[in-house]
Amino acid sequence: MTHAAAKYQIHPHNAVFKLLLLSLLIVIFFVINITIGSVMIPPGEIVRILTGHAATHPAWEGIVLSARLPQALTAMFAGAALGVAGLIMQTLFRNPLAGPSVLGISSGASLGVAVMMLFITMPAGKFISISHVTGNFGVVVAAFAGAFGVLLLIMALAARFRSPATILIIGIMIAYAVTAIVGILQFYSLKEDLQAFVIWGLGSFANVSWQQLAFFIPLLIIGIVLALLMIKPLNALLLGENYARNLGVNTRRISLLAIFTSGLLIAVVTAYCGPIAFLGLAVPHFSRALLRSSDHLLVMPGTLLSGMALALFCNLIARLPGFDGALPINAITSLIGAPVVVWIILRRNQISVS
Amino acid sequence: MRSASLHTSDLSIGYKLSHGAVNLLHQHINLQLYPGEVICLLGPNGSGKSTLIRTLAGFQKPLAGKVFFGNDDLSMITPAQLARRVSVVLTGQVEIANTNVFSMVAYGRTPFTGFMGRLQPEDRAIVHQALEQTGIKNLTNRKFDELSDGEKQKVMIAKSLAQQTPLIFLDEPTAFLDFPARVEILKLLRQAARSAGKAILLSTHDLTLAIRFADSIWMMGKEKPIATGTPEDMVLNGEFGNYFDNPQVTFDRFSGTFTFEAEKIGKVAVAGSGLHRIWLEKALERKGYHVVQETKSDCHISISENQHFVVDFINKKWIAEDISEVLDILKNLDLSSKTKD
Repeated sequence: MTHAAAKYQIHPHNAVFKLLLLSLLIVIFFVINITIGSVMIPPGEIVRILTGHAATHPAWEGIVLSARLPQALTAMFAGAALGVAGLIMQTLFRNPLAGPSVLGISSGASLGVAVMMLFITMPAGKFISISHVTGNFGVVVAAFAGAFGVLLLIMALAARFRSPATILIIGIMIAYAVTAIVGILQFYSLKEDLQAFVIWGLGSFANVSWQQLAFFIPLLIIGIVLALLMIKPLNALLLGENYARNLGVNTRRISLLAIFTSGLLIAVVTAYCGPIAFLGLAVPHFSRALLRSSDHLLVMPGTLLSGMALALFCNLIARLPGFDGALPINAITSLIGAPVVVWIILRRNQISVS
Repeated sequence: MRSASLHTSDLSIGYKLSHGAVNLLHQHINLQLYPGEVICLLGPNGSGKSTLIRTLAGFQKPLAGKVFFGNDDLSMITPAQLARRVSVVLTGQVEIANTNVFSMVAYGRTPFTGFMGRLQPEDRAIVHQALEQTGIKNLTNRKFDELSDGEKQKVMIAKSLAQQTPLIFLDEPTAFLDFPARVEILKLLRQAARSAGKAILLSTHDLTLAIRFADSIWMMGKEKPIATGTPEDMVLNGEFGNYFDNPQVTFDRFSGTFTFEAEKIGKVAVAGSGLHRIWLEKALERKGYHVVQETKSDCHISISENQHFVVDFINKKWIAEDISEVLDILKNLDLSSKTKD
């Protein structure tokens, strides 16, 4: 019976194979991310550095250990986190276009950063160089505060209004309002501050130090574990709220947990890397199309892995020799993410949350 | 006395509106649902059928009173426990891509599977059994979103069966379906009630099928108490008429169907017997002719031995080969002024 039944599943072996392939891709992209850059370092030297031996040039150690390695790790975790957050929101709101920017959480983070950069430090006009800005702990705290402020507002509204569609619309309206406030702040800010803020807004994986990674990675792991714990109720939610309830899911509790989890993931990534466009929206669609499944038991790991792979790939393009690491990551994620979404819509002739 | 699978005690249903106002649809509802029974919930649109089902399924709170599953108060049952006692098939289509029929039916096992929702061999066996019971085993590997409406509805019913609950509620399960598919669904539900002793409650607008299939009928009307009874009794005591009658429609107790009064344009007498006569009368009524006794009309139609229709009007005679020709002939006759009263 079990043997005969096994073949009625959605080709699980096939899916596992694809997940393994994604993992392999992550390893390859990771290695290339560390190997390639504006400074040519021989692969043998990189292996030496990573295994704890001294490099021929001391500067190479710094480049690999303090720049390339943390950047690759940041990209990997940010991609995974944004993808998972997007997946949760798409399922919860039954909206294929739901993503990190939709609930206004990214905008909230932007507002926090804008207040920090443009208002609090305005008299001094201190923020000039990008490394200054995103390395500043104050920016991270400000982004957190802004993102969680919006998140708490959304959660309070979610507890009051039960319909996900209502919350989605409120989220979009909050995003508009917050963006408008940011615009006003920009209007009254100094030129130097404005430039720093615009650069933060372009996003970057390059400005998270090891000390910051010690917060960044554990926080994201907490969010991702919470997401993995929601696989079964998220599956039930695909049938709609009432069917999910009838299947024993406490939909109210799951909605709150889902909003909290996706909010946490988005807030952390946005605080450290700036608002990263399109990854959160595109990655879940990519995962569903790749695995030809809507089962979160497959799609969730698929999203996690393809988020990692896609973010590493985008980071790679942004850092290609010749660009000198100067390309903003947001431009790359949009250039790659937008066609992915269009390709999926054209291929399936529709876009859906399942 | 059998014990009821479900009963309500002084239940009030409706909606709470903003500012503390209440839209009360029905109150003092005392209903029982027994194992092995199929109950059809009938009533015009807006009479509260969906609200009743939603309240009984625990989706919305009663305004007053209680619902009991066996001896247990619904308000005390946790969502996880409730999922093992009642399953639902809701009105409106489920839209889900990338999911095959097996996985859809396997959703019914959600209350029983572990933390990650992985199916055990016995879960798979139950899913296969549900697929077989609903006659959709051949669809097992098909994508759900590629199925016809009738097939989709069977999949949702199979999901309910796989949930193995003693109670199944279905909100207008036959709404999108053609007649043969409706009959199939109802036969399937009756079979599930008979063989597995399930108590099944379904709302429908299909009076004819409700009379044919329901063991009992719950009839809801606006601002009237809910009437219950065996379908035939409700026909005989006129309950059907009371709940559905309006100036346009009347319930015909002979046929168990509704009739519409078309505007009368004339009187015709018909002679003969058999199928030809029955369908001729239907056609005449549809066109607005009143079928009367022979003495009351100048126009007589009889059916000849070779199944032709002979139309006799004052001194003229026509022979029509089919009903369409009869209607053409009548169209040219001025029946309204020449008929006798």
